[in-house]
Amino acid sequence: MSQTFIIMGREYSERVRKKSFIITTLLMPLIVIALMAAPTLIMLYAGGGTRSVVVVDDSGVVGDNLRDCDEAAFTVVPHSLETARKEYTDTFGILYIGADAVENPNNIRLYVNGNSGAGVEMAITKQIEEALEAYKLDTQYGIRDLKSKLDSVKTSVALDVRDNDPSKEESARSSSSIAAAGMGFVLGMILYMFLLVYGAMVMQSIIEEKSTRILEMMISTVRPFELMLGKIAGIACVAATQILIWGVLVVGASTMLLPSLGGAAAAAGDGEGVMQALSSFADTGYMVSIFVWMLLFAVGGYLLYSSMFAAVGASVDSAQDAQQLQSIIMVPIIVSILVLMAAVNDPSSGIAVWCSYIPFTSPVVMMARIPSGVPVWEIAVSFAILCITFTFMVWLAARIYRVGILMHGKKPSLKEMWRWLRY
Amino acid sequence: MVNDMNILRVENVSKSFVAHKALDNVSLEVPRGSVYGLLGPNGAGKTTLLRIINRITAPDTGRVLFDGHEMLPSDVFKIGYLPEERGLYRKMKVGEQAIFFARLRGLSRAEAVQRLKTWFRRFGIESWWNRKVEDLSKGMAQKVQFIVTVLHEPQLLIFDEPFSGFDPVNADLLKSEILSLRDKGATVIFSTHNMSSVEQICDHITLIDRSHNVLSGSVDEVRRRHGDNHFRIEYIGDGDPLGRVPLSLCTVIERGSLSPERHTMKIRIPDKRDIKTIIAAVNEAVELRSFEETIPAMNDIFLLYTRGGAGSEMLRTE
Repeated sequence: MSQTFIIMGREYSERVRKKSFIITTLLMPLIVIALMAAPTLIMLYAGGGTRSVVVVDDSGVVGDNLRDCDEAAFTVVPHSLETARKEYTDTFGILYIGADAVENPNNIRLYVNGNSGAGVEMAITKQIEEALEAYKLDTQYGIRDLKSKLDSVKTSVALDVRDNDPSKEESARSSSSIAAAGMGFVLGMILYMFLLVYGAMVMQSIIEEKSTRILEMMISTVRPFELMLGKIAGIACVAATQILIWGVLVVGASTMLLPSLGGAAAAAGDGEGVMQALSSFADTGYMVSIFVWMLLFAVGGYLLYSSMFAAVGASVDSAQDAQQLQSIIMVPIIVSILVLMAAVNDPSSGIAVWCSYIPFTSPVVMMARIPSGVPVWEIAVSFAILCITFTFMVWLAARIYRVGILMHGKKPSLKEMWRWLRY
Repeated sequence: MVNDMNILRVENVSKSFVAHKALDNVSLEVPRGSVYGLLGPNGAGKTTLLRIINRITAPDTGRVLFDGHEMLPSDVFKIGYLPEERGLYRKMKVGEQAIFFARLRGLSRAEAVQRLKTWFRRFGIESWWNRKVEDLSKGMAQKVQFIVTVLHEPQLLIFDEPFSGFDPVNADLLKSEILSLRDKGATVIFSTHNMSSVEQICDHITLIDRSHNVLSGSVDEVRRRHGDNHFRIEYIGDGDPLGRVPLSLCTVIERGSLSPERHTMKIRIPDKRDIKTIIAAVNEAVELRSFEETIPAMNDIFLLYTRGGAGSEMLRTE
């Protein structure tokens, strides 16, 4: 067993000292934050400033009701269209409202001097539409100033969903479904990444050891099973380190950035929903139970997939040869991601429930379901199935590994690998 | 007791792979404190046998006894194995890597560092300690691998083709290290094609050909056993010196030429009573310069057994 630890130690220290590891670990959170912040930042800074638009209004109902907005400032001029087009060439453009604009909204044209943009065009369109709608409401139904009336009666409901079982009423469902869905998605994605990236890392590492013939140097002193276990455990530690650093960096960075982002979101009118979603994350017991389950499913899923990847790595000589066998493993992972989307939308749909029991998809899918509240016995059964499967898979992989690492040359067929199991 | 004399006994080991039988009922005994050569042509089953001895693969039938008992997990540290296909982590530094292997073989870090320093000094490679393996040549890497194999001072050392890839100078260094390991009490088994090294350092040999143990014994005894019937002929002329000799009387082992017209031939004459007849026949066929009895080199014995054909068949039935 001590040999397993020595191998684990080497695997870990070699990997975390690699330049590529340090760079990805530090850069990844920056990229994630950049992606998260990008929409807000783009909204804040992408606007090209306020454009001045000259309005020639033949209908007489639109021009005076156009309100200046961030994108455009309107000036109504008493000239004819021809004169205006000749005269105001230094403005953004000339907006022409036809005399029959109320009946025929298509008789509205914008003559631009130079380049236009979708943003400003949409803003102008919106102003015209509002002006026309306000005019129609007034003339046809006698309603004036509808917008401010609507604003004054606007009501926002925060639905408080609780479990009907009084014992769990306070805890399990105190989160809103939106927050749970978001969280389920994030957890599922983390698990997915964990299985795929680090599982493949195990495979790469074994292929490398095999092709450089290091295994032959070790195999006389170390049992293949311990060798495989040491490698899998070492890479799991690397994964834990990386995720921990990412977690710290992301949390740290978002505490600094969130207020400004939150402010921007609040300005956009979503503030209440965001605050409510965030409040459910403050429930410590809930967070701890989610974290514990995530840890268990991450370990179980990783053991399952990394042992499959290890078996593939041991059977081939090069990464090229691995692709075909690797794709067999990839199928359930990709299925997990597809079901993840469905599970986030409806955590109790048939496919989500089934896939959260099937061990190959359960780590990802169950993590997507847990935040919206799954009975503990269901999670426990799913985890037990996962445990049984990975125990079997590790045993199976160790047998393939034992024979495979000494085989060189020909790429084995599945039939040959089956025969290795019985050596 | 027999077991006390032999550190390793291989008893009736057979191993089959899908397409062929790698070992067929092979037995051998390795005396304690000897240098034991495992000879045989490529594909004869040497590496398979060494892997079975190291418990890397299991035999189909038969067993391997180490020190008189079936091998225990703790015995792993008493054995040092240098496989034929050997590698090191390319990105790791030499010293660090040597420490890693030493710890896997049961040494503490401090002990490993201390012993490694001694060995590195001895091989004159102290300056490599902090170099990456990928910067070393193949021969250089092999020195590191050798050190790593012997560092934990095992009782039994097993080298698979240790001389391949070494230049003559380093091969000599390796030979003297093998002998000094033996003098310190270790038993060394190695497989090789290099017959001159066998004569220089081996005490005992086993020759494996086509999955069978065809010859076992001490080097002196083997050579003597094959010595009395070997003859070297030197002659001038292009004809076949044995053209008039009945085929059953002698076997050709090797033909050679000293110059365009001066040739040599090594033959084996199973029955010494035929010598007169053969000399007369050869003398008639070519211009005979010399006809002498030789003690065969291991190389000759190797060729005799492994070339196949009538010669080796005849010997086997002896």
